[in-house]
Amino acid sequence: MAAFADFWATYSTLVYSVGIHALLALSLWLTLSCGLLSLANAAFMGIGAYTAALLTLNLHWPFPAALLGGAVAPAVVALIIGAPTLRLSGVYLAMATLAFGEVTRILILNLQITGGPEGLNGIPLLTTGWYIVVILAVAGYGLARIRRSRLGRAFEAIREDEVAARLMGINVESHKLAAFTLGAVLAGVAGALNAHFTFFISPREYGFENAVDILTMTILGGTTSLIGPVLGASILTLLPELMRFLHAYRLAVNGLILVVVVLFLPTGLWDARRFRQLLKNRRARKGGQP
Amino acid sequence: MSLLSIRGIGKHFGGLQVLEDVNIEVPGGAIFALIGPNGAGKTTVFNLVTGLIKPSSGSIAFEGRDLAGVPPHQITRLGIARTFQNIRIFPDMTLLENVMVGRHHLLDYGGLALLFATPAFREAERRSRDRALELLSWVKLDHKADATADNLSYGEQRKLEFARALATEPKLLLLDEPVAGMNPSEKAVLMEEIRNIRDRGYGVFLIEHDMRFVMNLCDRVAVLNFGRIIAEGPPDEIRTHPDVIEAYLGRGDEAEVS
Repeated sequence: MAAFADFWATYSTLVYSVGIHALLALSLWLTLSCGLLSLANAAFMGIGAYTAALLTLNLHWPFPAALLGGAVAPAVVALIIGAPTLRLSGVYLAMATLAFGEVTRILILNLQITGGPEGLNGIPLLTTGWYIVVILAVAGYGLARIRRSRLGRAFEAIREDEVAARLMGINVESHKLAAFTLGAVLAGVAGALNAHFTFFISPREYGFENAVDILTMTILGGTTSLIGPVLGASILTLLPELMRFLHAYRLAVNGLILVVVVLFLPTGLWDARRFRQLLKNRRARKGGQP
Repeated sequence: MSLLSIRGIGKHFGGLQVLEDVNIEVPGGAIFALIGPNGAGKTTVFNLVTGLIKPSSGSIAFEGRDLAGVPPHQITRLGIARTFQNIRIFPDMTLLENVMVGRHHLLDYGGLALLFATPAFREAERRSRDRALELLSWVKLDHKADATADNLSYGEQRKLEFARALATEPKLLLLDEPVAGMNPSEKAVLMEEIRNIRDRGYGVFLIEHDMRFVMNLCDRVAVLNFGRIIAEGPPDEIRTHPDVIEAYLGRGDEAEVS
């Protein structure tokens, strides 16, 4: 027990980070499942983080209400910017959402209420392990339900062939907006949770680098199932810690591992379809022996 | 009253006039074919009917309702489904999922029912699944329901697209060159499928340039050449129509010279 207490004292931050990164990766997974290559989720995370932190710091709202605020604010922003930007596709959408992310960062940097470049300090430490576990579980359950419904099928159809999806009676625009907004909600909640255990937030945490990190986690893990993004988030959060003994070379090795994975496993680490295929091959080989 | 009325439709892309004063009346419960040489503008007619592009002039009505300004997904919901010349299935989804996508607008459960998997949700999904399997059995693909669509042969992909279009419960089915790239025996099978579909009460409107296929199958034929309808009538009449023969084979005296 004492050993566990020691471990927890040292690594609880890391475990919390894994959970929050998993939530972020799932938020992008949802957006990608509708074929939208969006780099806006880091900004949505920031909007959620600042909204929730301001609600608890200045207005002393109870934590669950602040979390709700951290979910609603990015959703509203997503609905407003989604209507014009979601007409774009592929890299053009990536560029537009990237620009939106920069605008958001610079706004946060220059506004009075957000504390400018110094950020917000002394945010109450309200995030407990249970909050993260429960929210991650609810998000996972909700996404799993969506996948097995008309909504999830519509998202996938739009991703695979937008014109065909349209002619199957799917309102492509409203479904894209739904995927984009629901992704913003998850990213906002992740930001709100993060703000309430790091004590301090600043604009630099929600910039381009963070957007790419989220994308990397999701793609590395694989987008064919919900397990992929969670796996990718866990690995990319833990890997730098595990390689601490490499000192200065750590980031280089980290990058090298990424390159190798992307080159040899282009569908990500966790690909249910590949596993099924492997299993089938093995069975076929066994069956072939007398 | 005809099911689909295309009246005085014109379409130009920039300076290129693709369709000019096209009038077509497609009856319900019958097989109607639009034929014509490559580049005559046949697929453009389908793109106009399904709302993917807007006509430059003229109007299209379905069951007496004007389709101007109706977005494509609403046109599908009114009862027009189509297949594509260059097959557009969803390759990474299973056959069953492909067909179930077609039932999207017929599943009207809300977000809460979805999240809590209520009995109403499960019942709706189960019925939708049963119907999808039934449609797959119509085209004899039900034994592959759980395979992913990219594993199918070319002919099978066409049949899957066919089942997926039927899943939207259309009154009129638009088939864009349904037998393109098929061998004669596959063609014969598909011809039978299309007859079955008509006998089940669907209207079929198809585009084709395989003349023999059309003549044996259709109840009525219109011929499009250089963006104009040059003839319309029952197959026997079309077969002997001088303008049609000219459009397909060239003028008689030229043939003699060569």
